Amino acid sequence: MGLGGRREINVNSGLTIHNHLVMVLDMPSAADNLFKALSDPTRRAIFERLTRDGGLTVHALTACAGVSQPMVSKHLSALKRARLVRNRRRGRETHYQARPESLAPLVDWIGDYGVFWQGRFDRLEDLLNRMDK
Amino acid sequence: MTTSEEVTRSVVVERELAHPPEKVWRALTDSSLMEQWLMKNDFQPVAGREFKLRREPMPNWDGVIDCQVRAVDFCKTLSYTWGTLGLETVVTWTLTPTAAGTHLRMEQSGFGPDREANYKGARYGWKSNMDGLERVLEQIQS
Repeated sequence: MGLGGRREINVNSGLTIHNHLVMVLDMPSAADNLFKALSDPTRRAIFERLTRDGGLTVHALTACAGVSQPMVSKHLSALKRARLVRNRRRGRETHYQARPESLAPLVDWIGDYGVFWQGRFDRLEDLLNRMDK
Repeated sequence: MTTSEEVTRSVVVERELAHPPEKVWRALTDSSLMEQWLMKNDFQPVAGREFKLRREPMPNWDGVIDCQVRAVDFCKTLSYTWGTLGLETVVTWTLTPTAAGTHLRMEQSGFGPDREANYKGARYGWKSNMDGLERVLEQIQS
C-alpha cells in the first residue's frame, strides 16, 4: 500500500503553483489536525502500528502502546479527527485501520520545499555566472 | 504495507552546472556568497559547528532556521541539519565533476512522522504558503 494523494508539482508553471497555493489556503484545518495528531509520539506509534498491521482493536493496541486503554481511545479519537484512521464495528469489537492517504498535506509541504530549492538553485546559478566576471 | 521508512520522504534537486566544483564549493560554503543565493547566515564549514540561516521575521515565525554542520568533504560533500518549525531535516550537497563542470545534487531528507520529528501543526499552513508564495513573487519579478 503506497502513500496516497501525492501530487507532482510542475515548478515551471506559474498556473500550477497558483492553484496549489489556493488549495493549501483552503485546507488549513485539515493540515492543522494532521500535524497536531502526529505531534504526539504515542499517537505516531499507534498510527505506525496500524499502517503495519492494520485492522486492530483498542485491546490489541493497548497491549503494545504502554498507556491505558482510555488513553489509547483518546489518541484514536485525535487520529480519527485528522482522518489518519477509520474504524469499523465487527460484532462487539471496533477495529481500527490506518488511512495513509491522509498524509497528503505533509507531502504537499515537501512539494513546497521542492519549489523552494528549485528557486535557490536558480539563484545559485545566477551567482556562479556573476562570479565569472 | 506502508512502513515508517516509506512514509519518510526526501526532496532531491539536481542540476548540471557549467562551473568547476571548486567554484561551486565556494558558493556553497562561503558565508557572504551563501547570503546572495540562500539566506543570511553565520555559516562556517566546520563539522559540528552550529549556525543559523535567517529570513525576514514574519507572523508566527522568527525567520530562523537552526542548523548544524554534519560533514564537510572539500569539493565533494557538504551536509547540515535544517531545523525549523519543529521539524529537523538534513540537507546534503553532493558535487560530482563532469566534462562540462559540475553535477550538483541537493537532498533534503527526514520528512515524515518518524520518532525524531516533532510537528507543530498550527504553523504548518503558514510555512507552506510562504514558500509557495515566495516562488510566485519571484516569478512576478522576473
